[in-house]
Amino acid sequence: MATPQIQSVPSLWARLQEKSIEQLHIRLESIVVLVGLAAIMAILSPFFLSVSNFMNILLATSTIGVLAIAATFVLSSGGLDLSIGSVLGLSGVVGAAFAVNLGMPTPIAVLATIGAGALAGLVNGWVITRGFVPAFIVTLGMLGIARGLALVISDGRVIYGLPDWMLFLGQGRPFGIPMPVIILIIVAIIMHIVLAYTRYGRHTLAIGDNENAARTAGINVEFHRLTLYTLSGGLAGLAGLLFATRINSGDPTAGITYELTAITAAIIGGTNLFGGRGSILGTMIGAMIMGVLQNGLNLLAVQSYYQQMAIGCVLVLAVFIDQFQQRQETKV
Amino acid sequence: MSLLDLSGIEKSFGSVSVLHGVDLTVGAGEVIGLVGDNGAGKSTLMKIVTGMYQADRGSITLEGDNILELTPGERRARGIEMIYQDLALAKQQDVASNIFLGREPTRRVLGMSLVDRRKMKLDAQKMIDRLGAKLPAITRPVGSFSGGQQQSVAIARALTFNPKIVIMDEPTAALAVREVQSVLDLIRQLKSQGIGVILISHRLNDVLSVTDRIIVLRQGRAAANLLTKETTMPDIVSAIVGGGDVMVAAAHEAQG
Repeated sequence: MATPQIQSVPSLWARLQEKSIEQLHIRLESIVVLVGLAAIMAILSPFFLSVSNFMNILLATSTIGVLAIAATFVLSSGGLDLSIGSVLGLSGVVGAAFAVNLGMPTPIAVLATIGAGALAGLVNGWVITRGFVPAFIVTLGMLGIARGLALVISDGRVIYGLPDWMLFLGQGRPFGIPMPVIILIIVAIIMHIVLAYTRYGRHTLAIGDNENAARTAGINVEFHRLTLYTLSGGLAGLAGLLFATRINSGDPTAGITYELTAITAAIIGGTNLFGGRGSILGTMIGAMIMGVLQNGLNLLAVQSYYQQMAIGCVLVLAVFIDQFQQRQETKV
Repeated sequence: MSLLDLSGIEKSFGSVSVLHGVDLTVGAGEVIGLVGDNGAGKSTLMKIVTGMYQADRGSITLEGDNILELTPGERRARGIEMIYQDLALAKQQDVASNIFLGREPTRRVLGMSLVDRRKMKLDAQKMIDRLGAKLPAITRPVGSFSGGQQQSVAIARALTFNPKIVIMDEPTAALAVREVQSVLDLIRQLKSQGIGVILISHRLNDVLSVTDRIIVLRQGRAAANLLTKETTMPDIVSAIVGGGDVMVAAAHEAQG
């Protein structure tokens, strides 16, 4: 994309880009990548373009999508949460243990699932803001702790047989649309509004942009961070609920390396790795890109080991392009 | 009654004692110069005023009310604003977001309290126009602006909410000659509106030209409290370095 060096009328692309960023908080490139990728997959596989496959992509994206929302909030505040994949696994196990082993009614099991995630996030946030341990270390530690705890609670086994009402959350299809997709869309819309249009969201971005500026503006930075990590854990708990109810079991190994995919989706969607910029709509497009990529590779019968490699490559590539653009924009 | 009244302020960081009982008053429409060597305690004293630091001992009152227990946000709401030397701007956010950071106006939509972007933009544009600042576009991130333009944003942020006291930390240190004059004009304008100003500066010429009084901090004490119109450059320099042979230093400063 060549931008003229002299001050002239901005190109149509530049004007659309500006409107898109201002109104929707999305960079146009990510939409182009999504459409382009879908077009390639449609050409390569005759099964790609169908309503049922589209629903499959959305359903597969729902868990990652919720995790990616958590990653967007934490990253755009200048933080990092590596524990979301493990917390997803822990929450699913806790929910299944409540519903199956303890025979609790569905509402309590659902609250326990999300609550377990939020509690893990609260611990993260508390150690980070009160103990001054870097987020990288705390959440890396929690990655191990939550996974281990999930295995301890479940005794290393998958807990089967969730009650019907819980299964509805993962397997119900009102109007033909899978429940996890409906839940993702509702959560995404709410969280988009929170990040882009509420004081809480604006302060999140400001803290990630310049912590000192936020502090001098009277924002309680430590408390805000604490709530962000709790929110991240709670969303990971929700993702754990969607995952467990979809596969009808609390699996202690659920969500391994999901943090990788979720952070990748957030970064492809335009979240600044170092904070200050992020949008949930952008992240949803990032999550769709990851979903289309995985679905397409599945349809093309590419071995799942290679898919893991593809995700890793996409993450590095996305950050490379972002850094490249920023260098171009700040070049004198 | 003075507007802002500090008395007996003491502060130490661990075993390092920085302020040993500083008194300072600012009246409405009064411009105070706060000068002193590096490490004399100027910034620490101002951070105690804004609430970023808690004083170990002493009292702070604003219009007679004790504000010692208030948080930085609450003190801002009472009308104490500070323009930091590093400007403390969120560089990836636009002008309006920076000006209203921490004080965003909201409106209710479907029971949710949302930030009123339209009002923010309008008010931000009004404030920028009132300052006569020239910015490329207020919807651009402030990081894309020049140093002088960024400073305009920082000043606009300090003045938007009708402050009673404005503290400026080295506002002219990084500016071109013409920009320095416009900052000094702005300080005179604030004075005429009855706003108290504390100017921290190493540029003694600037301090002598706009202030009413000059407080000299030396080793954590208010070493001198001088009326500007009865003060000359050698007096200030002498108070800063603590007596002795100051003629060389004073002559150097006088050259500007």
